[in-house]
Amino acid sequence: MTVADAHRAILAVWRIEQPRLITSLARMLRDVPLAEELTQEALLAALEQWPTTGVPEKPGAWLMTTARRRALDHLRRRPMLERTHEMLALDMEEQQQAMPDWDAALDDDIGDEMLRLIFTACHPLLSREARAALALRMICGLTTEEIARAFLLPDTTIAQRIVRAKRTLSDSGLAYETPHGGELSERLSSVLEVVYLIFNEGYAAARGQHWLRPQLCDEALRLGRVLISMAPHEPEAYGLLALMELNASRTAARTDAAGDHILLLDQNRALWDQFQIRRGLRALGRACKLGGAGGFYALQAAIIACHARAGTAGETDWSRIAGLYAELAAVMRSPIIELNRAVAVGMAAGPQAGLSIVDRLLHEPALKAYHLLPSVRGDFLHKLGRHEEARVAFEAAAALAGNRREQDLLRRRAAEAADAATSS
Amino acid sequence: MRFMFIVTSAHTAAPTPELMEAMHKLANREIKAGRMLDSGGLMPLATGAQVRIVDGKLSVVDGPFVEAKEVIGGYAIFELPGKEEALASAKEFMQLHKDFMPGWEGTCELRAFAGP
Repeated sequence: MTVADAHRAILAVWRIEQPRLITSLARMLRDVPLAEELTQEALLAALEQWPTTGVPEKPGAWLMTTARRRALDHLRRRPMLERTHEMLALDMEEQQQAMPDWDAALDDDIGDEMLRLIFTACHPLLSREARAALALRMICGLTTEEIARAFLLPDTTIAQRIVRAKRTLSDSGLAYETPHGGELSERLSSVLEVVYLIFNEGYAAARGQHWLRPQLCDEALRLGRVLISMAPHEPEAYGLLALMELNASRTAARTDAAGDHILLLDQNRALWDQFQIRRGLRALGRACKLGGAGGFYALQAAIIACHARAGTAGETDWSRIAGLYAELAAVMRSPIIELNRAVAVGMAAGPQAGLSIVDRLLHEPALKAYHLLPSVRGDFLHKLGRHEEARVAFEAAAALAGNRREQDLLRRRAAEAADAATSS
Repeated sequence: MRFMFIVTSAHTAAPTPELMEAMHKLANREIKAGRMLDSGGLMPLATGAQVRIVDGKLSVVDGPFVEAKEVIGGYAIFELPGKEEALASAKEFMQLHKDFMPGWEGTCELRAFAGP
């Protein structure tokens, strides 16, 4: 085994054990950033020793013992040992002696602690980017270098982001506790937002880029599953999980051999992952059962579910999608949602109905430079036989499109419209 | 990456209560950690059947199967970052057998799903 192989094997164990190590130490030290630091020391010790001694039979117990020892040392080194800390240290020593290996690894019901850790890493005091980095580091066990590669950013940027976030947490003197009542849902939305950010960062990546980018989707999905097992009564947690599962189910169908994006309606549905679709639909069903059918994530998941349920593009239930977009627009007013609704209405009720919605958006400042507005409009006009207006719209769209492939596609459509205009 | 763990063994004895409990705890932990998607134990081979194609002919054979040695006892489906994580996880699972059902011998085969 090479050193690199040994390190990969150790990091694999680490990813399984780390959240439990942090929660265990955080419970003792009441300080998450410090707990995180000391568990990192346990990882370093493993990286130093295991390549020569081999991975121990119970690597989790080894890491736990090492990390707890560091925590004890830390408490002993404190110049002004508070009485409570002394007590805690004694408790820890006793616990450690009393605890058989497997109890340490399996019995420790960390549900509540884990949730607490997630809430801390995703605290609204921190920027979204800082929350994402901290969550990937503390809950997913990714190294700083891995996070940097996943976000296509320099190591130093991520390292600084993490250091600053931890300092903010330490300085703020935040209580390390699970929020309750009204605060819970507010804080939960901050967590969901971070998980969705991590997912989208990976989902936006084309295939063939560094493996860690798609990996972000998997980590986000895993966090989503952690959240529903920790907070099983929160409909939006199920809604987000459903949305992520349903979107991820199309991964294999989203790009062609050259890595170019394939539009949803043109995808080969045989490549959609039915196992994942079922999981997504189940999560969506649960969100609805918990009374969350009208939630921000659940509604988006319900829209994707309409596509997932359709065996062919032609079987898509567009009037239901149009209705869901209308509900979504009521939850979050956004001209982009309205534009999507126009597309669905156009499919369900014909191009004229879609066009009248699009025309109401023409003076929307937020869509001024958005190429999909004239592109959708051009499509409706073309279908209505207003080819010359369609040509103008497609050309305007091409001028606004950000990437080359879209520009080419829109110019082709403009040319088609021009041909149709002269021949009619 | 999605993996299937397939446990095979020549032992027909049921797991000891200690092993059952330890496996239950591990499964619980893995589900809560979002890694385990599904798992199940299988009834003895004698209660199953096989549908075969031999020489272009389809036939149904009911258990028990005299020629069977290593028998699939259970499976689990995991979503993990890579093969190293799958190995770490399978080792932990097998260590439980070593600790809680002395004398048991068997194999945990781990296979990545085809596809993305």
